[in-house]
Amino acid sequence: MKITRVRKSVIAIAAGALLLSGCSSSDSESAGGAYAGPIQDTPGTINVLAWPGYAEDGSTDPNVDWVTPFEKETGCTVNVKTYGTSDEAVQLMQSGGYDVVSASGDASLRLIFGGDLQPVNLDLIPNYADVFDNLKDRPWNTIDGANYGVPHGRGANVLQYTIDKVKPAPTSWSVVWEPNSPLKGKITAYDSAIYIADAALYLMSTKPELGIKDPYALDQTQFDAALALLKQQKPLVAEYWADYTKYVAAVQAGSVVAGTSWQVIANVLNGEKSTVGAVKPKEGATGWSDTWMISKNTKSIDCAYKWLNWIISPATNAQAAEYFGEAPANSKACALTASKTHCESYHAEETDYWSNVYYWKTPTEECLDGRTDVKCIPYAEWVKAWSSFRNS
Amino acid sequence: MNLSRTARIVLWGFMGFGLSFIYVPLMLVVINSFNKNKSFNWPPTGFTTMWWTKAATNPGVKDAIILSVLTATFATVVALILGSLAAAAIARYKFFGRDVISLIFVLPIALPGIVTGIALNNVFTNFFGGLTFFTIIIGHATFCVVVVFNNVAARYRRMGATYEEASMDLGANRITTFRLVTFPMIRNALVAGGLLSFGLSFDEIIVTTFTAGAGQTTLPIWIFQNLFRPNQAPIVNVVAAALIVVSIVPIYISQRLTQERK
Amino acid sequence: MSFATTTRRYFHAHVWARISALLSLPIAWLGVLYIGSLAALFITSIWRIDTFTSKVVREFTLSNFIDVLTDKAYFNVTVRTVGVAIAVTIICAVLAIPMAFFIARVAKPKSRPVLIALVITPLWASYLVKIYAWRTMMAPESGFLNWLIEPLGLSSPGFGMFAVIIGLSYLWLPYMVLPIYAGMEKLPDSIIDASADLGAKPGRTFLKIILPITWPAIIAGSLFTFSLSLGDYITVQILGGTFQMLGNVVYQNFALNLPFAAAVALIPVIVMIVYLASVRKTGALDNL
Repeated sequence: MKITRVRKSVIAIAAGALLLSGCSSSDSESAGGAYAGPIQDTPGTINVLAWPGYAEDGSTDPNVDWVTPFEKETGCTVNVKTYGTSDEAVQLMQSGGYDVVSASGDASLRLIFGGDLQPVNLDLIPNYADVFDNLKDRPWNTIDGANYGVPHGRGANVLQYTIDKVKPAPTSWSVVWEPNSPLKGKITAYDSAIYIADAALYLMSTKPELGIKDPYALDQTQFDAALALLKQQKPLVAEYWADYTKYVAAVQAGSVVAGTSWQVIANVLNGEKSTVGAVKPKEGATGWSDTWMISKNTKSIDCAYKWLNWIISPATNAQAAEYFGEAPANSKACALTASKTHCESYHAEETDYWSNVYYWKTPTEECLDGRTDVKCIPYAEWVKAWSSFRNS
Repeated sequence: MNLSRTARIVLWGFMGFGLSFIYVPLMLVVINSFNKNKSFNWPPTGFTTMWWTKAATNPGVKDAIILSVLTATFATVVALILGSLAAAAIARYKFFGRDVISLIFVLPIALPGIVTGIALNNVFTNFFGGLTFFTIIIGHATFCVVVVFNNVAARYRRMGATYEEASMDLGANRITTFRLVTFPMIRNALVAGGLLSFGLSFDEIIVTTFTAGAGQTTLPIWIFQNLFRPNQAPIVNVVAAALIVVSIVPIYISQRLTQERK
Repeated sequence: MSFATTTRRYFHAHVWARISALLSLPIAWLGVLYIGSLAALFITSIWRIDTFTSKVVREFTLSNFIDVLTDKAYFNVTVRTVGVAIAVTIICAVLAIPMAFFIARVAKPKSRPVLIALVITPLWASYLVKIYAWRTMMAPESGFLNWLIEPLGLSSPGFGMFAVIIGLSYLWLPYMVLPIYAGMEKLPDSIIDASADLGAKPGRTFLKIILPITWPAIIAGSLFTFSLSLGDYITVQILGGTFQMLGNVVYQNFALNLPFAAAVALIPVIVMIVYLASVRKTGALDNL
């Protein structure tokens, strides 16, 4: 068991991650600079830990593959493992064996401060230059000017519904939260503690008196209200999902007709004919902005850098973003998507759409919305509360 | 034993219900391996053999089967050695702490797999440096030892010590006695224990999830990853159907070997 | 004297040497590696995690135990899990005893290996595939079960505790049949004949003679069904809907809060140790 002494100042940095303040982390495990390069042509194998749909190697659909071309071009071998929740990603990275991970904002800081990652030398990644400016140097992947990865893209958790079974098409999250929902017993919800933020998000619209400004910055009262909402939702839920393929199977079998989802799930379901719709409801949504990061202990550093450069190259980023259904990170990808309106539909180049999308991040005791008069609930408590709630 | 008609009818009924209970879901698996519809809703929509051809050429399945066979073989070999050594000690000698050691040899199967899994995972990631092919074998061998131990210890008990004592009285030393007298008598138990151990290891998922390294995909792990995938789930059914058919013979042989001689 | 002869004589004279030679490897494996790793796991339950990075911090605390004991949810899930394990054991026993009896006493001797092979073969069909087959069978609207009982006006109970119990009973039935069959096979014909000679009807013979003698075998079978059900989490995930058992709690927390997961994992371990200790006297452990 690694002994990590995390000083309060480090937590303050993490908490006030939006402010890059003074003292740097003196955790010796994350010290040591980034790879100086230059990138050699050493062959190697990298184990890639990715969200489903991010590193497709033809096993889901033989026509969807941007891993094999990479392997052919660079001589590196790639083994992809997908995971279902950020918690799973953190645990797998910590147990070792993975070289590269695509981490959302609620996993990235935990990995950085846990000493599992190495900083990334962006000079060795030429494609980084074309990344949208508002995705560069974000607080969840850049600490003290040290970059820990390159962005993959961003998206919102959508409200998905089976078209034939849910009429009229929903425009609000109320169909999954309200006790009198006509879809009772056929709802699904995300099986991770981070889903508490979705409850908080709904309360932002329905109970403004609680004063929630950021669904990840919840004091005790707000947190209890979110848990109460979740308890109220439980009888409506058929299953909680963490495995997207199980979600797809459940929708096809008809046991689930609506719930929070990712665009990629809707795309897979609509593959042969249009069966589900997916919207961002009027209350807004939680979302994610993912970063490709490199493990501290990787043995194939050159292949790892080559992968990072490849995955955010305009052509691959376009493919990946289109397959998954998200806004790409590379500005040049927009011209290369098969559908010419892809970037428009996913709001890649605008800011209004994202104003009510709350990216996943790790809640900390220092409130992420800047409040200093109260203590907010840290993520470890979220996990405990979620476990207790799921088993009650 | 003479049984009344009602008793016989009841027993036949239970047997029939029991066998149908066991085999209806398996029939479904076989039927679904020919099902055109990928989502397995009942009733099936069409007949096709394409999944069988796809399974035969799927590289993931082949690699997974090879890894599983290798793991099971190594684990069984380790289990056979350790299990028979321990069985010989426990069944033939009385010593202080024998009961405690007997209990220890039941624990890997008595305690839930997830506990064994996370305990081993904790030790492997913190003291062994990570999860590899060998950590899987260690995990499997741990519960396979129990199975072999039980089979061999039971055989030792049934056998009684008289043959060995007679052999030594006639002048053979322990090693020769083991070679010519004991081993032939426990051989069947070793085979039965080995087969059961192989089967347990081959199908093990819970402990394997916690002890397999990043790229190690045994067959159960491959199945777990592909169970719900629309394009792969039917292949999973094919693999399962094939496994059922393939395993009937070794099981029958194992049963013949362990039957009591009356 | 040669070295070989000296060693042989030494081992012959000293029992302890022989016992140690036999046991050293197995004890090293199970005693050191297995028990050691269990100990390492349970020691973490008195430590805590860093709330931000989820790494274990070696500072003594009883908070994990306090959380497990005071939160009503964990009491509920323990009761539910033990309840499911008991239900599964009873269902398996009710099915397995007549089946084992049939194979051991009613079926022709030639067909016994065939029948046993038929009962055991499903053990070789993948655990996951069997549970998935039940998932498709019990699917609320499109499943096989629904299709079967719809004409009767009923509908599939869907996913939940009932489905989990059925699924687990299905999985562990062979584990119950095997030891009971072994026990029934060992019954000498003479005892049963004697009982009949003394005038007992078959039902009475069964209850008073056969059942008590095979009771250790039944308990041995129950050890499997009970322990396997106590820690299962995969069947629960696939068939359980929103239902959860102890295995799920451990699995959920293992990633980010190992000390807490270890504390929760102690519950099924304690239950099993209590169960094992109480059945030792029945001699069930010799019947495994």
